[in-house]
Amino acid sequence: MSREMTGAQIVVEALKEQGVDTVFGYPGGAVLPIYDAIFQQNDIKHILVRHEQGATHAAEGYARATGKPGVVLVTSGPGATNAVTGMTDALMDSIPMIVLSGQVPTFMIGNDAFQEADTVGITRPCSKHNWLVKDTADLAETIHQAFHIATAGRPGPVLVDIPKDVQFASAPYKTKAKAPTTHYQPQVKGDLAEITRAVEAFENAERPIIYSGGGVINSGVASSQLLRELVAGSNAPITSTLMGLGAYPASGDNWLGMLGMHGTVEANLAMHGCDYMLCVGARFDDRITGRTDAFSPDSFKVHMDIDPSSINKIIHVDVPIIGDIGHILEDFLKVWKSRGRKTKSAAIKKWWGQINEWQARNCLDYTNSSKIIKPQHALQRLEALTKNMDRYITTEVGQHQMWAAQYLNFDDPHRFMTSGGLGTMGYGLPASVGVQVAHPESLVINIAGDASFQMNMQEMATAIQFNLPVKQFILNNERLGMVRQWQQLLHGERYSQSWSESLPDFVKLAEAFGGKGILVTDPADLDEAIKEMLAYDGPVILDCVVEKHENCFPMIPSGKAHNEMILCDEETADAIDAAGKTRV
Amino acid sequence: MTLHLKKGSSRKSAYDLKNPLDELEETHTLAVLVDNEAGVLARVIGLFSGRGYNIDSLTVAETDAEGHRSRITIVTTGTPAVIEQIKAQLGLIIPVYRVNDLTVEGPSVEREMALLKVAGTGDKRVEAMRLADIFRANVVDSTLESFVFEITGTPEKIDAFTDLMRPLGLSDIARTGVAAMARGA
Repeated sequence: MSREMTGAQIVVEALKEQGVDTVFGYPGGAVLPIYDAIFQQNDIKHILVRHEQGATHAAEGYARATGKPGVVLVTSGPGATNAVTGMTDALMDSIPMIVLSGQVPTFMIGNDAFQEADTVGITRPCSKHNWLVKDTADLAETIHQAFHIATAGRPGPVLVDIPKDVQFASAPYKTKAKAPTTHYQPQVKGDLAEITRAVEAFENAERPIIYSGGGVINSGVASSQLLRELVAGSNAPITSTLMGLGAYPASGDNWLGMLGMHGTVEANLAMHGCDYMLCVGARFDDRITGRTDAFSPDSFKVHMDIDPSSINKIIHVDVPIIGDIGHILEDFLKVWKSRGRKTKSAAIKKWWGQINEWQARNCLDYTNSSKIIKPQHALQRLEALTKNMDRYITTEVGQHQMWAAQYLNFDDPHRFMTSGGLGTMGYGLPASVGVQVAHPESLVINIAGDASFQMNMQEMATAIQFNLPVKQFILNNERLGMVRQWQQLLHGERYSQSWSESLPDFVKLAEAFGGKGILVTDPADLDEAIKEMLAYDGPVILDCVVEKHENCFPMIPSGKAHNEMILCDEETADAIDAAGKTRV
Repeated sequence: MTLHLKKGSSRKSAYDLKNPLDELEETHTLAVLVDNEAGVLARVIGLFSGRGYNIDSLTVAETDAEGHRSRITIVTTGTPAVIEQIKAQLGLIIPVYRVNDLTVEGPSVEREMALLKVAGTGDKRVEAMRLADIFRANVVDSTLESFVFEITGTPEKIDAFTDLMRPLGLSDIARTGVAAMARGA
């Protein structure tokens, strides 16, 4: 006999049954009954954010650091609309997230009631699926379905909109086991015939490259192990997207660094010159491909992806394999081993000779200074002083994000959280809060820019309230650095609105919130400042004042191909042509 | 689209008419079987508008009341790559059960129904009636100055009938959009 409960109690019970230990949220009128139910239990911890967007990014950080879905609870109207950015971000980056939103009571829907918004309408294009629950009897099974859909296949955000009267009314609780299964059961096993074709071509590859992405990380830690096994066994070079960093260790022998618009020379030239490309859980995003008609012209392309719509969307591939990366890699390795682990080892060695030449250009070199802190140097020092620690990194969006991807090394999956697809400034601080909630004992650093940081800096209060010792490492150039860089490159150095004229005093700001603030301007003091930040047991803002006009290189200018990178300021004149200017 | 015409070539020539890199657009009829739940049509339409795909015609109605299933028939135009993307994207929508491309999955039949109001007297009225007979359109409403014709057939047949009625006093037209089904068992 199932127990009769109110809708609000059903919500809490269903979350518990789904193994949820943390909810990020913000109360309001239409969600009060659920908050009342949360008040009367101790199993689920509620993290009170300061803005609903913060809740969504915190849930994303939590999800990416744990592999479990992040849960968000918001009220109707503005609560739900404020969650839209984070949901879109999660959709682009394939992050499992469940958003529960309050709604005005069913009998008031459509009347332009106070704090009413068409939440399912607004979130339809930015969620994997959403529901408006009009009957308490459907609530439990809807939430169970929501967890299934958010996590199965390509993960993504879902939203369950719950009117207030549905929260108050009673119905029997339906357990996960009793809830009807949905027909949504994405294919996880890859087609063996296609896998065999991919292996055959792999055996004959003379210039192979493995290009891995976030799908490897989403598929679980075992997938990263399989990927490493494949790389070690074949001696193939490997590069990764921003989202896939850490699946193969940056300290590994075959690592070429990140590829794409701000990727390394060796990674991009290897992509351009390869004769066999194995794309593992990535989606040929425009930051990766550059000019698509000149993308890797001579290669046989294999694409492993769980999302059938990613296949042939941007780049036509020779062998598509649809399924979960873990299953596909396992079968790929099995088939390859059963056929005798063949590779063209002599040719691959020669290929490495070419790659080593590219690597010798040291494309990440920059001119350091003893007078002013270079952002790259700041990150290199941070890397040196934290590399052996149990460390998680989040970033905001912009130059600092690319430098973090270039100069910090990630040896494990689930250690790097950044807004890749949507490029959401304001992601990093709340994400660091979510990561720290998941890993209270670990070191969590948000690499930030001065502009991005201000977009969600209210979440410092959340960090203080919940004793989350997140470190905010601000590379402060008093600019919107990436915007400034693009204006320099393609708008005749007319720096329209891309500088911050009245920045807050970040030290005082940290102190105002109740944390610690540190200012560093002299390269000689940098190490001490970083050590002081690491030593403090509580939230810290480190205001690292850096060179204002540093550009992020290498760069594939928009509209150009992988072999048309620019490496330094001297090469930037006329780097972008008319066609490139219209691109983003 | 720019045409790369060589001197001496014409639109009727098989050569040089098109940039070979441009793919030809094709028209496809898709049958989409969905859960008849709130908002499902908005999801499908939102996919087309959000990703910039074309909808030439769209028909939707519940086909299985007990199973809560509806069938959406969409006629769309795009390059082969875009058509493949449309099908894959439709497949991602959770309440979508099945997507069938009737244009490539063997022969199929397509039918559309239209109601046309033709107002007029004298010769025009007689001619309208005569043409309706040729097209096997039925008269479903009649006054001394007007007819409402009901016509069923392929979209092309309805187009042709509509063109003929225009000079004869066509004043209103309602079309259902295409319903389509694969031939055979």
